[in-house]
Amino acid sequence: MRSWILTAALLAGLPAHAETPKPGGTLTYMIAADGGPSLDGHKETTYAVLHATAPFYSTLIRVNPDNPSSTDDFVCDLCTEMPQPTDGGLIFRFKIRQGVKFHDGSRLTAHDVAASWRRIVFPPEGVSSAREAVYPMVDKIEDPDDTTVVFKLKYATLSFLPALADPWAFIYSKAVLDKDQHYYERNIMGSGPFKYAGYEIGQAIHGVRNPDYYHPGQPYLDGFNAIFAPKQQTRVDAIRGDRAALEFRGMSPTARDQLTKDLGDKISVQESDWNCGNVFTPNHKRKPFDDVRVRRALFMAVDQWGGAQALQKIAIVRTVGGLVFPGSPLAATKDELSRLPGFHPDIEKSRAEARRLLKEAGAEGLTVEMLNRNVDQPYIIVGTWLVDEFRKIGVTVTQNIVPTGPWLDKMRSGDFQLAMEANCQMVVNPIADVGRYLPHDIYKENFAYHDDAKQVEIYERMLHETDPTKARVLIREYEKQVIDVGAHQLPTLWFYRIVPMRSYVKGWKVSTSHYLNQNLANIWLDR
Amino acid sequence: MYQYIAKRVLLTIPTLLGAAALVFLLMRLIPGDICLVRLGGGGGSFDPKALIACHAEIGVDKPTIVQFLDFMWGIVRFDFGTSMWSGKPVATEILARLPISLEIAILGTAVAIAIAIPLGTISALRQNTWLDVAVRIFAIGGIATPSFWLGIMSVLLVLDVSAAITGTPWMPPIDYVPIWKDPIRNLSMAILPAITVGYRYAAVSMRMTRSAMLEVMREDYVRTARAKGLVAKLIVNRHALKNALLPVVTLLGIEFAFLIGGLVVTEQVFNLNGVGRLFVQAVQNQDYTLTQALVMLTVAIFVFTNLLVDLLYGWLDPRIHFA
Repeated sequence: MRSWILTAALLAGLPAHAETPKPGGTLTYMIAADGGPSLDGHKETTYAVLHATAPFYSTLIRVNPDNPSSTDDFVCDLCTEMPQPTDGGLIFRFKIRQGVKFHDGSRLTAHDVAASWRRIVFPPEGVSSAREAVYPMVDKIEDPDDTTVVFKLKYATLSFLPALADPWAFIYSKAVLDKDQHYYERNIMGSGPFKYAGYEIGQAIHGVRNPDYYHPGQPYLDGFNAIFAPKQQTRVDAIRGDRAALEFRGMSPTARDQLTKDLGDKISVQESDWNCGNVFTPNHKRKPFDDVRVRRALFMAVDQWGGAQALQKIAIVRTVGGLVFPGSPLAATKDELSRLPGFHPDIEKSRAEARRLLKEAGAEGLTVEMLNRNVDQPYIIVGTWLVDEFRKIGVTVTQNIVPTGPWLDKMRSGDFQLAMEANCQMVVNPIADVGRYLPHDIYKENFAYHDDAKQVEIYERMLHETDPTKARVLIREYEKQVIDVGAHQLPTLWFYRIVPMRSYVKGWKVSTSHYLNQNLANIWLDR
Repeated sequence: MYQYIAKRVLLTIPTLLGAAALVFLLMRLIPGDICLVRLGGGGGSFDPKALIACHAEIGVDKPTIVQFLDFMWGIVRFDFGTSMWSGKPVATEILARLPISLEIAILGTAVAIAIAIPLGTISALRQNTWLDVAVRIFAIGGIATPSFWLGIMSVLLVLDVSAAITGTPWMPPIDYVPIWKDPIRNLSMAILPAITVGYRYAAVSMRMTRSAMLEVMREDYVRTARAKGLVAKLIVNRHALKNALLPVVTLLGIEFAFLIGGLVVTEQVFNLNGVGRLFVQAVQNQDYTLTQALVMLTVAIFVFTNLLVDLLYGWLDPRIHFA
């Protein structure tokens, strides 16, 4: 059997502290992008910024770095212990560690934490916060003293804590922000495990160990070099030639196979389902997709179970799932999914029904165009597979593959019939994550352009539900409304994260998103 | 001659302004929005207010005519603005990439000259011999081979050969260090791209050298030189080659200018953070200000390289005067 399966299985099975970390060394890794825009984590959304800057910053709480594949294991970073909410789940009171220093030597207090969070949730005039909309439940953020931060909510919700573990929520210095709200767009000054040591524009960023870091013994590395390398072949060659140890976002199955073949036991691979799902969107404003029968027929043509088996060999997709990340306790089981169009296990029966629906809707022999993004992995591959699936019910689909800018522009202007999209989130936060399926009037970046009062009503109930069991029932109802009753959008195969790395890299664990667990504090080098 | 140079330099001003105006309009015809790419390119959720704030921050919410006038006024003051993507001055963005592109262009040209002129000359002097055929095959190979393929293959070859010899695959560094900081590391990174670029470039120049030499060698003055009893080496070096180089120099000039901003594929294959990669990135991100500045840089490089080539004509052929 392939050695990587064994390696991944071994890694997954190893206890967190099976080996004693060795201090020292410099990690060189690659970022699969051409540099990022600004350096401000509150403002940006591309992982290129996060992979370059996360090692310099602290956050209030985070996904457990020793268990990042868990969808509900949150631990303190700057706080001293995870709080129990009070007042019926409306108040979260965090105690902040004492003795934490920013890299300029100044003391980090609760005022810095509160100022940073206010900047994210209630950005001042002229400041852009990319994730402001994630916190509609937050009413106030208070800092009554140097060691306490209090979040007061408008309503209790299960989506708050995962939202608080946002890896982009860097804690900035209040004193710096008071002087210049845009300072962090051009500069780095945090309290994280590494201190900024230089940035060559568009090429590389460097960090050195922060000796004052507050997690005992960490970081293990003396420093790191992060090199921007947008071409996959370059990254594969660089790992092979040991010019870099890894690239954290993920590589294709073919790249993994090539590296394991070439390097044998010098490479290890970690893999995980990825909180990033493909979404197939028909434009409800365009005929014949204003007819639910036509939309449902298209969904029913797709053999997700069969497709998953074939596509995982060539693309970064693997798991069949509904609206919720498959690893979450709130996700649909296979049995629950099998009742929805697009997930029926008997594909021939499903396609026969699809043909009947098309005939009934007068849409036989349909010829349409599907908008897609010019990104191979996995957009074009999944799009091409869908084209073939639709052909099996007599629908001819051609792909209009365009660059990211025009792709987004066409979807926003409604200038498309069908579109391939993705729903990529960070911390698994099922209730917040499925908000992207809400009608366009509520969520502006939904491009199905549908109306569905029932769907909105279910979502509202779900958002205010604090009992996970009841929330799970509501999510199923919501999922049925989106995929079956309204046939608004079809989630197709979920992304699959494959991270091959030089086997001397230890301590890092793959997470459910390439945005998580990137501060490098727990990485060490065994050489 | 100085008057001629001044006139040519002055003529570049309307050329640059015209190019700037054209690219300003063309960029705005492309569907899309830099803020959308920035916020929504990852497939995640973002706040619609962030989009509005982004538009206001980079000034694309202003009427196009106002943006155009701001842009032209900036050019007049030599202020090319800030990159809409990174927020850094475009001059900083370009200057960070120019040294590597310039280095590869110079090394690539050196490789091309070192291959093209001797081989082109030999090929012409030994017309229709096995040597001529071999050189022509070598040249056609260079023209026919896509540089991305050659680049990928050269890296793989180095990896495989080093693995076979030492047991450990080796490849050149993937991050640029200036030559004055670490010459060995710098050259080990630059040599493969220089050879890859230089080979293709040499192939075209070699064919040009060959045909120019063949033509010159049939000229009356070459026959006269032979009749005078001059040795062949002197005829070739002093009389024929200098005259044959006129079209070759033109070609080298055009190719050199192209290399500064046109090495998109080579820069990607070798992970060179150069001007060509920046150009593609700027267009993909719909970074108007950066694209405009890069187009103007490219135009300026072409104009000044052509001027240099024209001045070289005068040195190569004393009959040419600049008035």
